[in-house]
Amino acid sequence: MEMPKPDPNVIARKARLIERLSQVLPADGLIHDPAETRAYECDALTAYRCPPLLAVLPGSTQEVSDVLRICHEEGVPVVPRGSGTSLAGGALPTADCVILGVARMNDVLDTNYDDRTIRVQTGRTNLSVTGAVEEDGFFYAPDPSSQLACAIAGNIAMNSGGAHCLKYGVTTNNLMGVTMVQMDGTVVEIGGAHLDCSGLDLLGVVCGSEGQLGVVTEATLRILHKPEGARPVLMGFDSNEVAGACVSDIIRAGLLPVAIEFMDRPCIEACEAFAKAGYPMCEALLIVEVEGSEAEIDAQLERINEIARRHNPVELREARDADEAGRIWLGRKSAFGAMGQINDYMCLDGTIPVSELPLVLRRIGEMSEQFGLKVANVFHAGDGNMHPLILFDANKPGDLELCEEFGAEILKLCVEVGGCLTGEHGVGIEKRDLMLHQYSGADLEAQLRVKDVFDPAWLLNPAKVFPLSVTESRRAVAQAAE
Amino acid sequence: MLTPKTEADLAEIVAGSQGGLCIRGGGTRGGAVPGEMVSVAALSGVELYEPGALTLVVRAGTPVAEIETLLDGEGQRLAFEPMDHRGLLGTEGTPTIGGVVAANVSGPRRIQTGAARDHTLGVRFVDGRGDVIRNGGRVMKNVTGYDLVKLMSGSFGTLGILTEVSLKVLPKADTQATLQVAVANAAAAVRAMSAALGSPFEVSGAGYDPATGLVSLRTEGFDEQVSYRIDQLKSRMASHGDLAVLDDSAAFWAGMRDVAPFHGAAGDVWRVSCAPSAAPDLMARAAADAALLDWGGGLIWLRLPQGTDLRARLGQYDGHATLVRGAGVRFEPKPAALAAIEDGLRRQFDPKGLFNPGLMAAPAEA
Repeated sequence: MEMPKPDPNVIARKARLIERLSQVLPADGLIHDPAETRAYECDALTAYRCPPLLAVLPGSTQEVSDVLRICHEEGVPVVPRGSGTSLAGGALPTADCVILGVARMNDVLDTNYDDRTIRVQTGRTNLSVTGAVEEDGFFYAPDPSSQLACAIAGNIAMNSGGAHCLKYGVTTNNLMGVTMVQMDGTVVEIGGAHLDCSGLDLLGVVCGSEGQLGVVTEATLRILHKPEGARPVLMGFDSNEVAGACVSDIIRAGLLPVAIEFMDRPCIEACEAFAKAGYPMCEALLIVEVEGSEAEIDAQLERINEIARRHNPVELREARDADEAGRIWLGRKSAFGAMGQINDYMCLDGTIPVSELPLVLRRIGEMSEQFGLKVANVFHAGDGNMHPLILFDANKPGDLELCEEFGAEILKLCVEVGGCLTGEHGVGIEKRDLMLHQYSGADLEAQLRVKDVFDPAWLLNPAKVFPLSVTESRRAVAQAAE
Repeated sequence: MLTPKTEADLAEIVAGSQGGLCIRGGGTRGGAVPGEMVSVAALSGVELYEPGALTLVVRAGTPVAEIETLLDGEGQRLAFEPMDHRGLLGTEGTPTIGGVVAANVSGPRRIQTGAARDHTLGVRFVDGRGDVIRNGGRVMKNVTGYDLVKLMSGSFGTLGILTEVSLKVLPKADTQATLQVAVANAAAAVRAMSAALGSPFEVSGAGYDPATGLVSLRTEGFDEQVSYRIDQLKSRMASHGDLAVLDDSAAFWAGMRDVAPFHGAAGDVWRVSCAPSAAPDLMARAAADAALLDWGGGLIWLRLPQGTDLRARLGQYDGHATLVRGAGVRFEPKPAALAAIEDGLRRQFDPKGLFNPGLMAAPAEA
């Protein structure tokens, strides 16, 4: 994956930069020893690594503002970082950049059950937002699978989703306000504890902008009361087509389960070998979960099971208690771990219209044979968000490149059938060069113009999201302006 | 009035324009500015409807009523419950879906399911250069590049002219019921609504009409669900006031959505967005002739004598006030840093300053 050539003029000013930053940061908030900056050389896309020039760990919005103002004056690129769990390389450094980590800013600032909001610093992890309110019966709905580790800052940057967004939406639907620092150090408040914005929806465009428009230091999030209960049902089918048709029928019948997860045979086999959850061996599994009181759950599952029966399931297993519910989810939740056990893998997250599911799975199967690499599919079927896991051997020369080529073909297929390159992981560097498959030059230009307004110097995370060839002239102007 | 028949014709008109254009869908939501009128009414019709995928792609000039009929045939709906402004504004015409998205128009269910902007999956629009721009798509999860869909939604035509929108639709509930609670004042009303909305019983509408003294709480679902939830809400609400159940409450919520209690009454109409807990205090500061609370208190409709400077009365708070009916500054002025960003975006998307000039903000000094 190509990254821009580091600017030697910036690297040459390292000592001066350390000197200036040390005046606004505590000693332990500035990391410049090469042995220590190495800790920030990559995120969860570990195939690509590059230690940054420096890393800073500010403890307040003021410190973030000071750091950005100095970097702006010095013409130094800044790569914001939450917990570093991006699968797309969103926090991958360049050798001439400052990594700005928000991990130290992790306080809960305010909890308001009357207004159903929580205000947090964005270094706080996703799961610990729920942790702060669950004793009182509340939760924060977006639940990316990395929720134990991932930070709200990264969730906002990537507009993260999760397994339950069919009912609760993704980050952008649950984010009400932010404090954001612009590249020149200006601190702005966007939104707040109220619904709907006044004027242009700046919050909407900041969310999902992959740290290219500003650094979000605080966020007001919507919290909800937990449902009374939830119960999954496991369904096995003898073809992907039938499972896909069942998903569509459940949705058409007016039922809106909180989650519909889909696993294909390679995934079922791997999960079963790893977690021994007692899954039936078949071509496709669905896990459908509904919420409510016991009686409400019974009534919903009765309707869902009736629809499933029409598709002749090879297995239809309703959880009778919490233990069985746990077992149903066990395999699904260990899917990534199971794959990691077998091999190195690359996880994609293209989204497709649900109706195209059978076609896309068939084509992925064919491509798998062409490329000679195995693929397991596990995904959020209700919203068409696929997660093909391509298995490869990182130690085998050429295998990573082959895997990337295969992945690119899958994502092009997703776009071809009316979907998109990424449903919840973000573009980062991983899908950057595929953007022109989804958007025209004019479409991308409109997006670049947004960045021109928020970050005219093009210093915030400049090498991400867009093909380098498309952003080259803007980045060159920024470099010349130093 | 220019009424282009195709997106390409519209793009050509924009590319050749030098003066201000007044962008129009159905013309029912107010906000007309001086300038040549450009209507998207002829860009009408359904491109794609997939009930099994909960997605609808329609051209911007498609009447909302046509969409609602189509969805109803499949047991689905626009869950964000877009308001019809005609009764409140005394306008005539046919509300279009483009207008709904451009003005980010939602109704009472916004507190449960989100706003128009949350249900808009993709857009096509003509920018101020006359280029056709596409953003988002027709799938429910999409983080591919910047979310210009949100930026366009609620931009009132000032960044571009919408030509097509993709929407997430949702199943229609089998039935609904509404629990009404008689309360003494706004503070008691917000306490009751917060208690209901902070419960697991999926309240999909929470409003208060000071004229009747009634808090209304709606729940929707299948029969067993609705009767169970109403029972649960009854026991939670018993301490808040006398209770009554409205079984057939669809007309009631349409009235709440369209601010029916204000129809036909003179004066300016304001819409205040705030934290629900701040609503009672803001209502007192406003000292309005009439008020109506929706969104659990997060939305205050106010009717005031013509020309009242409501913003001066309200002072500082977390939220904003919009003048929906009456002459004056329509949108809450922004702090300088945000105003600069908005102005920058307008200059980027509409460099000739063609689209609804002055509607959202006075152009900044060059």
